[in-house]
Amino acid sequence: MHITKRFLSFFILCFMQIQIAHAALEIVITEGTNSARPVAVVPFKWLGTQPKPKGMTDFASIIADDLRNSGRFSPLERSLMPQTPATENAVDYAAWKETGVEAIVIGTVKPLADGRLQIHFQLVNVLSGFKNQTPQKIDEQLVKNNDHIKLNLKGNFSTRRPRHISHRLSDYIFEELTGTRGAFLTRIAYVAINYDDKYPFKLLISDYDGMNQHVLFRSTEPVMSPSWDPTGKKLAYMSMEDKKHEIWIYDLVTQKRELIEPYKGSNILPVFSPDGTKLSMILSKSGQADVYVYDLKTKKLDRLTKNRGIDTEATWAPDGKSIVFTSERGGRPQIYQINLESKKIKRLTFEGNANLNPSISPDGQNLVMVSLQKGKYSVTKQDLSDGYVQKLTNGRLDKSPSIAPNGSMVIYSTVVKGKQVLSLVSMDGRFKAVLPASDGEVKAPAWSPFLTSKKN
Amino acid sequence: MQLNKILKSLVIALPMLTLAACSSTTDTTTNDAVESATQQATNDAANADAESGSNVVVGSDTDVSIDAVENLTTEEVKKQVIDELRKRHVVYFGFDQQAVTAEYGELLQDHANFLIDNPAVKVLIEGHADERGTPGYNIALGDRRADAVVKYLNNLGVSSSQISTVSYGEEKPVNTSHTAAAFSQNRRAVLVY
Repeated sequence: MHITKRFLSFFILCFMQIQIAHAALEIVITEGTNSARPVAVVPFKWLGTQPKPKGMTDFASIIADDLRNSGRFSPLERSLMPQTPATENAVDYAAWKETGVEAIVIGTVKPLADGRLQIHFQLVNVLSGFKNQTPQKIDEQLVKNNDHIKLNLKGNFSTRRPRHISHRLSDYIFEELTGTRGAFLTRIAYVAINYDDKYPFKLLISDYDGMNQHVLFRSTEPVMSPSWDPTGKKLAYMSMEDKKHEIWIYDLVTQKRELIEPYKGSNILPVFSPDGTKLSMILSKSGQADVYVYDLKTKKLDRLTKNRGIDTEATWAPDGKSIVFTSERGGRPQIYQINLESKKIKRLTFEGNANLNPSISPDGQNLVMVSLQKGKYSVTKQDLSDGYVQKLTNGRLDKSPSIAPNGSMVIYSTVVKGKQVLSLVSMDGRFKAVLPASDGEVKAPAWSPFLTSKKN
Repeated sequence: MQLNKILKSLVIALPMLTLAACSSTTDTTTNDAVESATQQATNDAANADAESGSNVVVGSDTDVSIDAVENLTTEEVKKQVIDELRKRHVVYFGFDQQAVTAEYGELLQDHANFLIDNPAVKVLIEGHADERGTPGYNIALGDRRADAVVKYLNNLGVSSSQISTVSYGEEKPVNTSHTAAAFSQNRRAVLVY
């Protein structure tokens, strides 16, 4: 397996530029893939009359890192670029063809009078660009074909969140090149723990790549299982600040939180339904852990399981019509699915000593879970149509897998060098990266939904 | 074990003190009244032991406890008992196990005795798990461990109204080293007063 190690070069820069809480994360790729497609993201040309301001975001660098972090692309080093064209008509296709890259991204940044930035960027296919240099004869006329220009977009952006602009451009590029929607303009929520702090337990959010980290909540007592609502504007989580289980909903817009009136016993693992109107949760008010659904509007509670064993870790199928959960009803913990209409329950997993913490991929094709095999807990994937199980990770204590909204990647927690850290693995298991925290331990990652609507 | 013996004698002494305090508080609630009641109770205890006499070990230990208790109020005695109980308040479990093993019988008996003798005292039982498995499963497992201790205490006669439980799952380890040694220390139920 081809292995590369790469640190985000802009990390220090951004740390100074944006106010970031400590324990920042950074992505370190641990297992790359041979099939990553070579591309180039040329530094964007500054078109201001004044020199480029110091600390101006390097959009191209962030885009290149996004593409690399997807595991699908291998961006060309800047030092190996034959030229740095600003527009398509300045591209020397013969020179780029030599480098072997499939496509290049070029762009310009122009400061506007109102303080915003106008970004114009193009994605061009090198081989067809080379071919199209020679005009073709169609109906006795020489026609210049421009089908090598895959994207040609211009937009005005506020400079408030420059990294988000880059992620958005990356989303466009990724979708054009792969046919899969990009998930770079997304966030993760997670729990950080540092026992040396006065408030050791923290709930945080950051961009998917660990940058723009914000502490939402800090506590002397454990915080568990953040989960996003479908708009990406709210988080449900469990806090033990009152020495009992309480489910809270945190509103990222108002920065206020709301308590779900707790039931007797355990109140854990809240998960928003795909339409955002309900929360699945695990309550033990009837004596043992069971799956419930709480209607956020009517405050009505529906009990879904009644079983003497533990039923826990419920998550919604993407269509909202069923819920998958972990249950000990068959002895050892295995994954079951309950149809919300018929209330029929069926067992989904049969391999391994135990299977836990299930979630279904956005396309409904795969079950991602934690499996116990030979004393080790790893993240696995089961094809829901043919039952084929694939091991995605090789850790000993891998847990809390959360799938990216485009289904391309899974973020999970693992132990590296005696510390709990977050890691990424591609859905095919071939690409791996870790996000080591600079201090303390990090766990319980939850990948947000898409933060932009489908187009624009 | 010296502490253990002190604890036992206090457990015996306390209900007598409590009873004595109750009977004498009808006309007065001052500290003096409580102290004099204590004095009376310790004297009673001493007399009782002098009469039974035959158990030398118990006798000598009780004398020690009387010396220690003599100037204490019932509240202080109770605190001292709780302090002793707090030193032995953790029940450990095997991997993925939720049954209380026989080795904790004596420990839980001491706690039960104290709770039965002091019906106003409440105890919180925290259930904990090691980090093997998943947080969502482990928090349910922690619940079960706490419940197992509750059932054990119930069977010894402790009223459910004195006990509450909370599960921390794998979220609050005492040993954070992610090693096998840490795991066995983290699989526990803790009795908190």
